Amino acid sequence: MTAALSARGLHKRFGSLRVAQDITFELPPGARHALIGPNGAGKTTLINLLTGTLRPDAGQVMLDGKVITLLPPEQRVKQGLARTFQINALFPALDPLEAVTLVVCERLGVATNWWRPVPAFHAAVEEAHGILASLGLDAVCHRPTHLLAYGQQRLLELALALATRPRVLLLDEPAAGVPRSDAGALFAALEALSADLTVLFIEHDMDIVFRFATRVIVMLGGRILVAGSPAEIAVDTAVREVYLGSRRHG
Amino acid sequence: MIAPAVGVIFDGLAYGMLLFLLAVGLSVTLGLMNFVNLAHGAFAMFGGYVAATLMNTLGWPFLTTLPVAFLLTAVVSVAFERALYRRLYRATELDQVLLTIGLVFMSVAATAYIYGTQQQPVRLPAFLRGYTAIDGVNLSHYRLFLIVVALVVTLVLVVALERTRFGAQVRASVDNQRMARGLGINVELVFAATFALGSGLAGLGGALSIEIIGLDPNFAFTYLIYVLIVVAVGGLGSIRGSLLAAVLLGVSDAAGKYYVPTLGSFLIYLVMISLLLWRPAGLFGRRAA
Amino acid sequence: MSHTRAIDALRHLAARQRWRPVEVAFWVATLLPFVLAPAYLTLASQIAITAIFAVSLDLIVGYAGLVSLGHATFFGLGAYTAGLLAKAGWGEPLSGLLLAASVAGCFGWLTGFIVVRVRHLALIMITLGIGLLLYEVANRESWLTGGNDGLQGVVIWKLLGRFDFDLYGTTAYTYALAMLLLVVLMARRLIHSPFGLSLRAIRENERRMSPIGISSRAQLHRIYTIAAAIAGIAGGLLAQTTQFVDLSTLGFQRSADLLVMLALGGTGRLYGGVLGAIVFMIARDRLADVNPQYWYFWIGLLLVCVVLFVPNGILGGLARLKPRDTQ
Repeated sequence: MTAALSARGLHKRFGSLRVAQDITFELPPGARHALIGPNGAGKTTLINLLTGTLRPDAGQVMLDGKVITLLPPEQRVKQGLARTFQINALFPALDPLEAVTLVVCERLGVATNWWRPVPAFHAAVEEAHGILASLGLDAVCHRPTHLLAYGQQRLLELALALATRPRVLLLDEPAAGVPRSDAGALFAALEALSADLTVLFIEHDMDIVFRFATRVIVMLGGRILVAGSPAEIAVDTAVREVYLGSRRHG
Repeated sequence: MIAPAVGVIFDGLAYGMLLFLLAVGLSVTLGLMNFVNLAHGAFAMFGGYVAATLMNTLGWPFLTTLPVAFLLTAVVSVAFERALYRRLYRATELDQVLLTIGLVFMSVAATAYIYGTQQQPVRLPAFLRGYTAIDGVNLSHYRLFLIVVALVVTLVLVVALERTRFGAQVRASVDNQRMARGLGINVELVFAATFALGSGLAGLGGALSIEIIGLDPNFAFTYLIYVLIVVAVGGLGSIRGSLLAAVLLGVSDAAGKYYVPTLGSFLIYLVMISLLLWRPAGLFGRRAA
Repeated sequence: MSHTRAIDALRHLAARQRWRPVEVAFWVATLLPFVLAPAYLTLASQIAITAIFAVSLDLIVGYAGLVSLGHATFFGLGAYTAGLLAKAGWGEPLSGLLLAASVAGCFGWLTGFIVVRVRHLALIMITLGIGLLLYEVANRESWLTGGNDGLQGVVIWKLLGRFDFDLYGTTAYTYALAMLLLVVLMARRLIHSPFGLSLRAIRENERRMSPIGISSRAQLHRIYTIAAAIAGIAGGLLAQTTQFVDLSTLGFQRSADLLVMLALGGTGRLYGGVLGAIVFMIARDRLADVNPQYWYFWIGLLLVCVVLFVPNGILGGLARLKPRDTQ
């Protein structure tokens, strides 16, 4: 069975700082994998390497078995690889409906159309509305993004990625900064993600990791330290040293 | 064949040094405060007119007008910074461009009103007039003086930046403002002081320009463009970059005028565009402007 | 339930691009000069031309968020193209305008490759530099452009074969106004289209574009080309209605003045450029009469005040007074 997303021997350095060293892993289709590690371990860097925001010094990235290492980020999105950002990267003055409609329009190939008004693209607007409704944002879909509550913005961040109809989804700390009281909607959304969708998510909150992940990858100092099921990782001595005590990083 | 080339390089070097004095303040404050101050040329012009007025109306000797031009421009610039500029530190680039262009319009018109549109005369002391001939090359005393002044200023700036505590604070604030604040550095004071220094240098440059490139109310616009080229090409916040870019620009301009006079400024703009495409942050710039 | 909401959403979006009464009133008002101020039709036609120019810059600055200091480049190219064509013997206005737009658009497309690669100071300097370059070339090649004296012998034929460009400016104003209407209609469609939406998104957060699959560079290149062509139309109109072209069409002053107009009217609001052009040109006409040398002082002061107190221009200030219609 071909892995939905895989990396082989990824290396990246900035000067003398090695942010990724020999990263190799595979995500089978439908996976729910978590990527954990202390700050500076290189988790977001890895996501950037996978999405094409950063170019690796060596190594390959493969999507459904196809090598995409040299594809620019926009092209990878078209091939089905989407991501969200740890700190909301949204469009403050646009409202959620406009933002998600734009993503759908691009997917449908009509984002360069300058002659017909947006509402003329019924299917796109309806689909966008549907996505927002599934995340509980349809009530605020006309409010400018900068006026939304933080938890709602986080959901919009997810909506933008989902609108690209990805096959593989990379989530960078989806629950970051969301107060517990608002986290319910986010968790419901994560649980409702299609079983066909392959998900890799970075998380610090171990409750979320245990709740959603079937497998955990632990990074440290740019390397993959160990990988295994959540239960295995919880008792792994190396991991405990990293998080609880004596082991030095990098 | 050598003599004219050396002469061209010498003239270009002097012109470049002058541009450096005019531009270094803008480079540092842009790199430090990220504030697009297009009125920088107007501050230079102010310094020039201060010197001219002192010389022509009050009969002061040329050399004494220089420090006054520096100080007065520094003081006036801080007044503008406190009263106007600091309100727009968080504003969009476009707004900063518009505000400072508005100030330029006002300064050009006001200067034309007060002084008229003719060139300002300058009276140099005897030892700065004339030239010395070495190996068939005429080295103008004034241009030598310019080069020396600029080198001294560069030395003082570099030493101040690298060796003094204030310099360290400036470097820290340029690198990471939030962190610097967190360390207890009074970033507002650093801004104001650096801005004063930079504008003061521009004023000094303006005073020194009168002999070489003349001084009239359009100075604020005309030399704004050259200053911007130096800053963009040299890289924001870099003294080295400004120096290199200024010298490059000065020598190219002099060489162009001597060897290919019909090309005019054509070459300069082409070189600038190419350099910026290759390095959008400038030769020594750290981040994109 | 969701289905009903979707229809509401569509209706809500559609409502945004409906013609407002104020817009209709504006266009009716543009007919007034024919009746109320026939002596000023020449000025009115120049205002209309400048408004077209301002709308084209707003597409780049206000909608896409690129600060350009060299937009006059395309205006001047359009002007010289139309002028030279007429001087060479072909004075038909509409085809001349088409050529002007094409030449300007072409140059916009070519320079667009470099312009969309940079931002901030580098962008300002490169657009400025391209403008200054073209100015130098035009100055040098005075055999072609007439240099400082300008292009002489520009003769324009009758519009549509029937209407002569008379001294009163009736034809000129009709022509310019019709073009302004066309340009605004086109800009309107563009702004409310998916392409326009993508431009606003780029302005809001360029970084977010490639993760949603859109190449911001490609979109920016497109709008830069379109805006260049429109500026070329404005320049061509100037050449045809005044039957004269000189270096000032390419100058930095023209680019700077245009930015001032956008600041006055408000960027990113379609009619901001139009309003700014009207205010600026009328102010210049009145003040320059009074004090030709120092009127720039007052413009400078106005600009400073607008930036400090009414940062989104007149239209922005008015928008803040209206109650918001979000839910």
